Amino acid sequence: MFIDYDIIVVGAGHAGCEAAAAAANLGSRVLLITMDMNKIAQMSCNPAMGGIAKGQIIREIDAIGGYSGIVSDKSTIQFRMLNRSKGPAMWSPRSQNDRMLFSQYWREILEATPNVDFWQDMVKELVLDKGKVCGVITGMGQKIGCKAVILTSGTFLNGIIHIGTKQFGGGRIGEKSSTGITEQLVSLGFESGRMKTGTPPRVDGRSLNYDKMERQDGDENPGRFSYSSLTTPVSNQRCCWITYTNEAVHEVLRTGFDESPMYAGRIQGLGPRYCPSIEDKINRFAERERHQIFVEPEGWSTVEIYVNGFSTSLPDHVQIKALRLIPGFEDAKIFRPGYAIEYDYFPPTQLKLTLETHLIENLFFAGQINGTTGYEEAACQGLIAGINAHGKLAGKEDFVLKRSEAYIGVLIDDLVNKGTDEPYRMFTSRAEYRIMLRQDNADIRLTEKGYRLGLASKLRMHAVEEKEKQTADIVTYFKKTSVIPTDINPLLAELSTAPIPQNYKLDAILSRPQVDMANLKRLPQVNEFLQGFKEDAVLQAEVLMKYEGYLEKEKQMVDKMNRLEEIRIKDGFDYNTVKSISLEAREKLIKQRPVTLGQAARISGISPADISVLLVHLGR
Amino acid sequence: MSAYLHSDLHDTICALATPAGTGAIGVIRVSGNKALEIVNALFKGKDLCKQPSHTVHFGKISDGSRVIDEVLASVFIAPTSYTGDDTVELSCHGSPYIQQQILQLLVQQGCRLAKPGEFTLRAFLNKKLDLSQAEAVADLIASDSAESHKMAMQQMRGGFSEQIKHMREQLVNFASLIELELDFSEEDVEFAKREELIVLVSKIAGVIQNLLQSFNYGNAIKNGIPTVIAGKPNAGKSTLLNALINEERAIVSDIAGTTRDTIEEAFVMDGITFRLIDTAGIRQQAADEIEEIGIERAYEKLQKASIIMYVFDATVTSPEQLNQDISSLKKYQAIVIPVANKADMLANAPAFVETSIAISAKNNTGIDLLRQRLVTAVRKDEIKNDIIITNLRHYEALKHAADALQQVLNGIGAHVSGELLALDIRKALFHLAEITGEVTTDDLLANIFSKFCIGK
Repeated sequence: MFIDYDIIVVGAGHAGCEAAAAAANLGSRVLLITMDMNKIAQMSCNPAMGGIAKGQIIREIDAIGGYSGIVSDKSTIQFRMLNRSKGPAMWSPRSQNDRMLFSQYWREILEATPNVDFWQDMVKELVLDKGKVCGVITGMGQKIGCKAVILTSGTFLNGIIHIGTKQFGGGRIGEKSSTGITEQLVSLGFESGRMKTGTPPRVDGRSLNYDKMERQDGDENPGRFSYSSLTTPVSNQRCCWITYTNEAVHEVLRTGFDESPMYAGRIQGLGPRYCPSIEDKINRFAERERHQIFVEPEGWSTVEIYVNGFSTSLPDHVQIKALRLIPGFEDAKIFRPGYAIEYDYFPPTQLKLTLETHLIENLFFAGQINGTTGYEEAACQGLIAGINAHGKLAGKEDFVLKRSEAYIGVLIDDLVNKGTDEPYRMFTSRAEYRIMLRQDNADIRLTEKGYRLGLASKLRMHAVEEKEKQTADIVTYFKKTSVIPTDINPLLAELSTAPIPQNYKLDAILSRPQVDMANLKRLPQVNEFLQGFKEDAVLQAEVLMKYEGYLEKEKQMVDKMNRLEEIRIKDGFDYNTVKSISLEAREKLIKQRPVTLGQAARISGISPADISVLLVHLGR
Repeated sequence: MSAYLHSDLHDTICALATPAGTGAIGVIRVSGNKALEIVNALFKGKDLCKQPSHTVHFGKISDGSRVIDEVLASVFIAPTSYTGDDTVELSCHGSPYIQQQILQLLVQQGCRLAKPGEFTLRAFLNKKLDLSQAEAVADLIASDSAESHKMAMQQMRGGFSEQIKHMREQLVNFASLIELELDFSEEDVEFAKREELIVLVSKIAGVIQNLLQSFNYGNAIKNGIPTVIAGKPNAGKSTLLNALINEERAIVSDIAGTTRDTIEEAFVMDGITFRLIDTAGIRQQAADEIEEIGIERAYEKLQKASIIMYVFDATVTSPEQLNQDISSLKKYQAIVIPVANKADMLANAPAFVETSIAISAKNNTGIDLLRQRLVTAVRKDEIKNDIIITNLRHYEALKHAADALQQVLNGIGAHVSGELLALDIRKALFHLAEITGEVTTDDLLANIFSKFCIGK
């Protein structure tokens, strides 16, 4: 009853959807298997996309030719550019989204992709042939053949939900968990572990008193994620609200500690430190009298509210009692309580940089199964796995992004080389080249790669070329055009920066921290010149000129680093012939099989001396 | 932050190629694509960049204001050199002091100190050696890295490692604060004020600066403690020098002003090398121009002294006079040891002599006591800097860290955004890490998570 597929994608969350779409668009015949067709691309946690470091990832996905940016834009109910007060490298787009619309748009996109078929079922076993995956067996007993499998199991593998002392199996509340895969993979030699995450209660917006909260609006001129012409910025926006917990709330929460699955030791998995439950916050930071709560609407028309900042797995009666002591929540009714969920993951050091497993050929992992958290982190892994699964079958080169090219590269490189003990979330500080990896230049960095793959359209490629050309023109103008003191000094005085004694080039003025492009546009000559240039090219030029020195420093670091990146380690290199490296280094290298010396240098436990020794052996 | 700098293959490296210590000559090897350019900048003689390969040239190495040494520079142009890269070998005089000075100048010009085996590593990579030779190099690198940390720890005196550790903690805290406001600006946490950051960075930069300054002194310990014998003419300074080294080195006479120039001699006591510097006696009215120059030099030497032995004639010096002379020496950064010479000629030693070391240079009495006193001065760390660095590699790392911190301060002053400050802080941390071990972004994040309530 099934054709022989090229690729089966197991799971239709953010990773699964991107993987299926990418592989199908590249020409593979794809079957997307999900346990519930109505839950495609669920926002299981907060109804928002992007944010600091994550917004950059969405723009990277978009530049390569994935859909997360487009779907986010189409379902946006509020848009904000975070970190506006910092330098452009820190600007991070974030949207609040309509949860149901988000899911709906993703389903529409996948249904409109000719090479994607669907099947609603649970995958409980992989079919293998000589160390290669060649199909799956489903809960209903269907055996479906394929050449590659991408596992994106999210929180579903042996998922256990905890609310107070209650615990039950499930992948999300109200949904069954998935079983069988972990056990099979472990029997094949995989190492697995447990992770934990949590989510807050959802409440009825009609029962809240917003007069007691602070209002948080979206940007006056909202932006969007996608570089394409397929979306437009949101015109109307919904606002969010901010309120705070207090000592009385904390007091009530403490009464539930005895029944907390975390403190009673019923949860073994490690949770994320940067996304603690409210009980963790008041426990670890007892001196804090209050904690911020973001009250976020779940969509345009629904009354459902997401209580961001109140993630908890305390008993439901404690949750509601504490919640009602928060200003504005006095009469709150809840739709469903918060809960903690534990699930299986596979330490990602068992993967290649393509996200294929070392142990089983053509088996790829993406998303939370690799120990990450977050929609964006999952989606970009799905995209990379989809591209590489197709590439592997089609005999193409591996698609691997470098740390200096994309946050996606940083993420996968970190996962594969260092592994992770707690759910891995992206931060800008994880990227050593974050001045280069900006949300404003993801298209310049990556569209060409997407275009060469066949994912990004010609139209997008042309747009990038035009942007680069315009940027170069603006930079040239600024570098060769002088400004005279009488024209600029009043402006400089206004901006509290020193006047110029003689003619200065425009780029020298712009490089002053107090001066930005908007200021300089007040000079008629500049304003006139910039007419006809696109806004994103103007911004690009501004960034390049203002941060020239720092960008140069980063480039030098990249150059140094790349020397090691360019030294490849042959597949099957026998580390046992290298006597001088430490035992720990040898074990790790044999297990993780780095492709380059640069990658080897980032594996924890590998010392610079080990790298020097390897260098000698790889010397020719 | 990873190992990328450790294995840089393309910069220019330098090191002493002959065994460390005093010998007739020492050879410093400089190799890399800027070797000629760098040496040329210090070399007074022919333009080395224009010389053919395998030629030797006489010249002087100068720091711009003074000549360090006269050397022979052997030029080898790539690929016909030991390493396969452009190489200059400087044959200089065999004093550890001179060698250190030249290496320091090379580093200032952009050289990096070579790691053990690195010349050979490059030779291998440039296909100058076969695999078995290269394996020997690999073993050398591996054994060195295990040993070098231990060595480094042993080399550190006083609280150096403690101080670096403390500084690193503070820097990590500072870096965390900056990262906090970048990655968690949406969180309900308070961010550090820039003024506080300036105070913190300045403090750390100050500590590093002190350590850098101590380097010269650190070298002094390694290459000998500059110990100046000062005093009025005819107090017996030269006699004392001869007594301390057990040799008739200085010309001794009863004529005041016999010693015209400074005389240097080393002697070792309990493993510590003292560089004894005998100076012309200091008096207002020099007999002639030559003596006057000698007196000027004596003052110069006092500036650089770690210990000053102030020799006075116990038979003719009044307590007031002595007090006055001693306090005039207080302005030098050195320990002053009053030495009462000709003490045997006094029937009853007056009280003020007892606070001094009483000797008779002529009759060789009290000399052992004086030697002991010198050793205690060093051992008890009476010398100003209680923490000193003696390792040029540490010096280099601290120098880079100091430069990066200066960039941070400049950045704060110019109100640049946090991510730009972070770039330079990371650089500073990276260089400190060369001494103390790596700091990863995971360390920064862990610090943030432990100190701030993060997470919606």
